[in-house]
Amino acid sequence: MPLALLAGWWAASASGFIKSYQLASPRDVVRELLDLAQSGLLWRDLGASIERVALGFAIALLCALVLGSLVGGSRLVERVLDPTLQGIRAVPSLAWVPLILLWLGIGETAKITLVAIGAFFPIYVALVSGIRGVDRKLVEVGTIFGLSRVALIARVLVPATLPQLLVGARIGLTQAWLFLVAAELLAATNGLGFLLTDGQQTSRTDEILVAILLFAACGKLSESGMRLLEKRLVGWTDTVPA
Amino acid sequence: MSAARIRGLRKAYGTHLVFDGLDLDVARGERVAILGASGCGKSTLLRCIAGLERSDAGTIATTGEIGVVFQEPRLFPWLDVERNVAFPARTDAERARVGNVLALVGLAHAAKRIPKELSGGMAQRAALARALVRDPALLLLDEPFAALDALRRIELRAAVREILEFTRASAILVTHDVDDALALADRVVVLAGTPAEIAFTGQVGETATRGAILDALGVVEIRSRSVPARSGRHGASYTS
Repeated sequence: MPLALLAGWWAASASGFIKSYQLASPRDVVRELLDLAQSGLLWRDLGASIERVALGFAIALLCALVLGSLVGGSRLVERVLDPTLQGIRAVPSLAWVPLILLWLGIGETAKITLVAIGAFFPIYVALVSGIRGVDRKLVEVGTIFGLSRVALIARVLVPATLPQLLVGARIGLTQAWLFLVAAELLAATNGLGFLLTDGQQTSRTDEILVAILLFAACGKLSESGMRLLEKRLVGWTDTVPA
Repeated sequence: MSAARIRGLRKAYGTHLVFDGLDLDVARGERVAILGASGCGKSTLLRCIAGLERSDAGTIATTGEIGVVFQEPRLFPWLDVERNVAFPARTDAERARVGNVLALVGLAHAAKRIPKELSGGMAQRAALARALVRDPALLLLDEPFAALDALRRIELRAAVREILEFTRASAILVTHDVDDALALADRVVVLAGTPAEIAFTGQVGETATRGAILDALGVVEIRSRSVPARSGRHGASYTS
C-alpha cells in the first residue's frame, strides 16, 4: 500500500497533474531532505525536537510515577488529588497553550511543559488503574509469606503494575509528539514543527513533506521502541497484545 | 504440643455470624479434612488460621511455619516456576530446598517455564512446591483440587498424599469432596449451621465412614433448604 501511494504520487507529479506548489514530487522531497542533511539544518531541527520530546516525556513519566503511586496507593490521597487531576484532564490539553505562553513565554520551558502535559495523563491514568487492578489474590500470597510493606511493593505490586504502566508510557510518548507539533507550530525557531511553518510561509511543499515524513519516522520509531520494551519486560502477560 | 489450637473463634461479616465460639485442635502430624456445604465457613476458617482474616474473638495458636495452597495456583505470572517456588525462601538453606521440592512435586523438568506455559495440574503442583519450600509444620489446603479435571485431580491427590507422608507435616484440608477427605485425612470434621459448628468429627477407618460423613452433610442440606428433600439425591451430590 505505501509503495502504491508512492508510485501514484510520483506519476502524478511527473505528468504535471499535480503542480509543485500544491504537492512537491518525491524527487524534490528527497532532494530537500539531502539538502537539509548537508547543511546541518536537518540535524539541528531533528535534534531540537527529539530533545524536547525526551525531556518533556521524562518529566511527565516522573510526575506520573509519583502522583500515580500516591493516588493508586492511598484512597485518601485519591479523594484529595484525583478529582482535581481528572478535572484538568477533562480540559482539551491544547487549551492550555495560551496560558502556558503567557506564563512561561515562548522559550524552551513552555514547549517542554506542553509536551509534558500531553504525555502525563495517559501514563498517570494507566498507572492508577494498574495499581487498582492488581490481583488481590497475589497480594495475599505475599501477605502469607510475611512480606514487609516495602517487599510487597517491590516484589508483587511493581511487577504486577508494569504491563499497564508500559502501555500508558507508549500512549504518552505518542501524545508527546503530538504536543510537540502544537508547541513548535506556535513559536519556534528550530525543530521539525518550525520546518512546517517555514515551509508554509515560503510555500515550499517539499520542506513541509520532509517534516511530515520525519515526524512519521520519529513517531513510528518511538512506538516500535516502546513495543519492544514491552515485549522484553512484560512478555509474561497472558493476554492478547493490545 | 499441637500444630494448631483454636479456642472460642468468633468471626462475623457485618451481621452474618460465621463462627461463634468454635474450638478445633490439630495434633502434630495429624491431617484433618474439613467438610461442609458451600458457604458454611470452612474457607473462612482456613483464612483465619493463615492470618488472612482477622478473627473477632478467640485465639488461634499455631507452631512453626505455615504453608498455604489455594483453589487457584496463584503463581506470579512474571516469574518462572523455579523463581515462583523460591519466592518465600529467606535463607540459603530454604533456597537450597527449591530443587528438592520441585522434584518432590514432579516439576524438575519445568523449572524454567513461566506460568502461562503450564497446564492447570502443573501450576497447582508448582503452588504446592512453593508452599513446601519453608518446610512448613502445618499445610493449609483450600480446595486444592477443585479447579482440576477428574484425572488431574486423582493424580494430584496421590501426589499430595505422598508428600504428606514424606514431610510428616500436619495438614488441614478444606474440601467438599468426601473422596478427597477419605484419601488424605486421618480425621474428618464436618461443619454445619449458622454460625458454623462442628457437626461431626471422626477418625478415618473408624467412625468417619462415607455413610456417616454423607449423613452429617445431608442433614445440613435439608436444614438449609428447609424443604423435605430426598436425602439420597442430595447425598449423591457429595460423591464426585
